[in-house]
Amino acid sequence: MKELQIMGQKTALHEKHQQMNGKLVDFGGWEMPINYGSQVDEHHKVRTDAGMFDVSHMTVVDVTGADAKEYLRYLLANDVARLQQQGKALYSGMLNETGGVVDDLIVYLMTEPDVAGEWFRVVVNCATREKDLRWMADHTAKFDDVALTERPELSIVAIQGPNALAKAESVLTESRVKLIESLKPFQGVESEGWFFARTGYTGEDGLEVMVPEEYVADFWQALSDAGVTPCGLGARDTLRLEAGMNLYGSDMDEKISPLAANMGWTIAWEPAERNFVGRKALEEQRHAGAQQKMIGLVLETRGVLRSHQKVIINGEEAGEITSGTFSPTLGCSIAMARVSADVAGTCHVDIRGKLIEVKVVKPSFVRNGEKVFS
Amino acid sequence: MSDIPSDLKYVASHEWIRDEGDGVVTIGVTDHAQDLLGDVVFVELPDVGADFAVGDDIGVVESVKAASDIYAPLSGEIVAVNEELDDSPELVNSDPYGDGWFIKLRLSDESETTDLLDADGYAELCEAES
Repeated sequence: MKELQIMGQKTALHEKHQQMNGKLVDFGGWEMPINYGSQVDEHHKVRTDAGMFDVSHMTVVDVTGADAKEYLRYLLANDVARLQQQGKALYSGMLNETGGVVDDLIVYLMTEPDVAGEWFRVVVNCATREKDLRWMADHTAKFDDVALTERPELSIVAIQGPNALAKAESVLTESRVKLIESLKPFQGVESEGWFFARTGYTGEDGLEVMVPEEYVADFWQALSDAGVTPCGLGARDTLRLEAGMNLYGSDMDEKISPLAANMGWTIAWEPAERNFVGRKALEEQRHAGAQQKMIGLVLETRGVLRSHQKVIINGEEAGEITSGTFSPTLGCSIAMARVSADVAGTCHVDIRGKLIEVKVVKPSFVRNGEKVFS
Repeated sequence: MSDIPSDLKYVASHEWIRDEGDGVVTIGVTDHAQDLLGDVVFVELPDVGADFAVGDDIGVVESVKAASDIYAPLSGEIVAVNEELDDSPELVNSDPYGDGWFIKLRLSDESETTDLLDADGYAELCEAES
């Protein structure tokens, strides 16, 4: 099997993954665990108890300097001025001039808002790291005082599931537990070089913890001893798809507008005078009316929807699946698909040459362990 | 290293064949194959009574990761299919050589069995593919 021969970059948890029988595969140039035995079992653990993921391959960039806020208000389609509380997080697209998505990211306000020394932390995808860093650096040119600092020495562990907070807290000091208990959803807090954020990519409550890499192996082991199940990136994908969360490169890319990727809610149109990269193109698109939209598909009979399968509505080809999988929580297949905005009616998918009828729903399937469509 | 029982025969498409006597064989996929597939979620099998020639598509295994065709390793008529897999497709992962079997076939040409691999031959093939 190929995974034994790959020579990718390794996270600080690489040895732990091997010890815990992680099946390592190439993931954007990194050797990452796809599962530790059964992806489906890991998926269920996150929906019913607590699982943990090594996501240290993701790229952390700190944005500092007197112009940090104005820079990010220009760089991102969502508006960091909306962050009005220390630690609050915002999901945003970083767009190009034609309104395509360069990457999607999370930005945290690391200080109180509007204070001297106000700064932000941005987390971007690993597969797009070099492109993103170049893009971000290029766009500092029109600002006097912005510094970008990559933080490769921070490992990231995502602990997710209904029991994630309690089990994570059981291995942390009392002062850190207090900090975590003070967090609202989508908020983070720093603690002596660690960063605890109540965010995730699974549709469950939980934490994403940034840990200086020298501590991460012990932290991972302690979590495992406390009953948190190690989960691979396979389960992460089925979990995020059930939650209706986009995957960059599959559900959107540089040629796709956020309006065609179910990301309209991440565009801050107001205040109208805020100029951001891609704004002009998006306004033109909005004026012309959306050409394409994202829908959710559910296959209630046997079979599995996969990316690139053709979607047929009222007998005409209307688009294709961008992400499809078997949903372990629902016991049937689900998918996100991009189709022409103006079509409605009976929907079929071409699965290996057969036209199979599917149900159309909003592209969100499971939240907090429960089915969200009817 | 995956499990390759020495009392079975194999083909390069990662199916195993057990001789049940009277010209009937049981067929399933190997431990190596189930490991590559990952969690199996659906298995589509042919109808009892259907006839197949070597290499024909006889069904599909859908795992979380991908869909894979199952090919007839020998020619013959389907005499039984494993209906347990309808409700418990995970048996393919947990017990590929036992409860995870797919079909039983009455051979139409027993001479075809001379082309099958033994356990050592199949182990070499897996090694070469890795």
